[in-house]
Amino acid sequence: MGLTSIPHSASPENASSGPEIISIEPKGGDGWVTTRLDFLVNWGRSNSLWPMPFGTACCAIEFMATAASKFDLARFGMERMSFSPRQADVLICAGRVPFKLAPIIRRIWQQMPQPKWAISMGACASTGGMFDNYAVVQGIDTIIPVDVYVPGCPPRPEGLIYGIMMLQKKIMTERMSNKSIRDEMEPDPSSKLYIPASRIDEISEPFGNSVHQTRSAP
Amino acid sequence: MATKRTIEVELSTSGLTRDGKPQRVPLVTGGDTGVALAEPPSLELDGEHMLINIGPQHPATHGVLRLVLELDGETVVRCIPHVGYLHCGFEKIGEYRQYNQIIPWTDREDYLNSIGNNVAFALGAERLFGIEITERCKVLRVIAMELSRIASHLVWLGTTCIDIGAFTPFLWSFQERENIYNLLEGWVGARLTTSATRVGGMAADIPDKWLEGLRGFVSTFPKTIYEVDRMLTKNAIWVGRTIGLGVMSPDEALNYGLSGPMLRASGVAYDVRKDFPYLDYETYDFDVPVGTNGDVYDRFLVRVEELRQSVRILEQCIKRLPDGPVNVDDPRVILPPKHKATSEMESMIHHFKNVMEGPRPPVGECYVAVESPKGEKGYYFVSDGTSKPARWRIRPPSFVNLSAIPKMVEGHLLSDVIAINASIDIVMGEIDR
Ligand code: SF4
Repeated sequence: MGLTSIPHSASPENASSGPEIISIEPKGGDGWVTTRLDFLVNWGRSNSLWPMPFGTACCAIEFMATAASKFDLARFGMERMSFSPRQADVLICAGRVPFKLAPIIRRIWQQMPQPKWAISMGACASTGGMFDNYAVVQGIDTIIPVDVYVPGCPPRPEGLIYGIMMLQKKIMTERMSNKSIRDEMEPDPSSKLYIPASRIDEISEPFGNSVHQTRSAP
Repeated sequence: MATKRTIEVELSTSGLTRDGKPQRVPLVTGGDTGVALAEPPSLELDGEHMLINIGPQHPATHGVLRLVLELDGETVVRCIPHVGYLHCGFEKIGEYRQYNQIIPWTDREDYLNSIGNNVAFALGAERLFGIEITERCKVLRVIAMELSRIASHLVWLGTTCIDIGAFTPFLWSFQERENIYNLLEGWVGARLTTSATRVGGMAADIPDKWLEGLRGFVSTFPKTIYEVDRMLTKNAIWVGRTIGLGVMSPDEALNYGLSGPMLRASGVAYDVRKDFPYLDYETYDFDVPVGTNGDVYDRFLVRVEELRQSVRILEQCIKRLPDGPVNVDDPRVILPPKHKATSEMESMIHHFKNVMEGPRPPVGECYVAVESPKGEKGYYFVSDGTSKPARWRIRPPSFVNLSAIPKMVEGHLLSDVIAINASIDIVMGEIDR
């Protein structure tokens, strides 16, 4: 295999002008042994996920219902709730995350050892949901990387279980030869910010912000 | 080669000093020669306090409460609760929503008691509008409130048992909650976030055969109460971990402004359903359980008894549910039926006005309190005559109840803090709003 260069974007207009990413893959590629080993490791990982429930609000109640007898998360190897992030594989953020809680979820994510995944349960965790105001983070994917989004307010337990099964499928496709799969974004050393300040200003602008609406109807 | 280090632990005492304080066991570390590497720590503990932090992400804090505890050994000297981790701006959003549009927010504020909050909100808005609801609607709302009280107490039971170390009641209570979810789903289409009421009525009448389902629930649920009762009430571990903890005397409870099961466990028989009846609660036959000691165990007993009383009220509701319309006949607040809105000019105008501008109450203010599972839940409205409230305020019972936690945990052991905190039955969504 050796050196390969992949165009940044597949669309023809950008292909010529866009920057190029050079990726170096190990010699040998995905042979029979490595793919079998991958399969074995992934099979083990996906069927014994230890969730770290980050339950803040109403979605946490549905999460508890999912763990209780009728829906029984133990069928998916997830009955061992890990309330300490250091022994957890998958962070399930169930509920809204106000700005006061944002540093805490970030810290919990950083405390979790690799390999780790994240599920964002509910409209609030995914997008801010109906709390389109000054207090609530508009989606936890602005703080941590999210693998599966489960829509709903709250999602039904079946929905959460479907999200978990999607995560298991995703884990089954991971390849050890892909070195960049666990890369995390590093902050810019000069500004200590993860994304440029101009972009932060842009996304923190009041957009469609409910409390900025006028009290139009007299 | 590294020298081998030995650690000697001197277990000469039973762990308590003469005056009953926990004594630190001296820990001597030394090398091969037996020379102590460090001075043994002093045995005096006075003045040496430790600060520990529980939460905000901790399963035993029932949400995102943060407790900072100052410990002397294992005894709590001081406890400082920190709230605000779930502040989502409910009251501010309410100022930008019409009355019917606020109802979905009331689901999410005390999310264990969604449908009860819907009813409480609608009662408040109706007092502001000066609307008298129909008889059928009243009974349906009582059914809603009592189902929601059962559902909320069940979550309290399940999570408290997990905190104290029993797992089975959690499974039992969630099984029963699934039955309630099924009933609610058949009625309003949602399991948890119901949004069941509207100003002047309900979002939907109950479907055919729904009462059969409720009857089934009412007949099977007492068995679960009996099982829980038999498993916990005389269980040595349960009793040992709850009796004598977090005692509030009746005077203290009143001075702290406690309400709900917390207040009743201290021996004050205050129940909004009896003292300031709404929804014709005075015509129902039920008892208000009252504790004597005001400790965690009494709170448990009071809540279990309330489950039984709620079943009694539900039985009476099934018997008396009258026929008739659910919504008031008032075009100011209620949408006309669809066939009229598409064929009659009057109804179309009402429909348009209701949807585009929303119902407008007269200028004024009002406060309505109901007995939520956690205590006295109040909604306060200020209307400036527009279709949106100028101010909407929630009186969260668990916020007031939580304010007593520094007093209740003082002098207890660290592990008892968990039991005491669980006994308050807090919901952070309601506390931080
Ligand atoms: S998505 Fe809905 S149910 Fe979940 S936390 Fe947000 S408001 Fe609550």
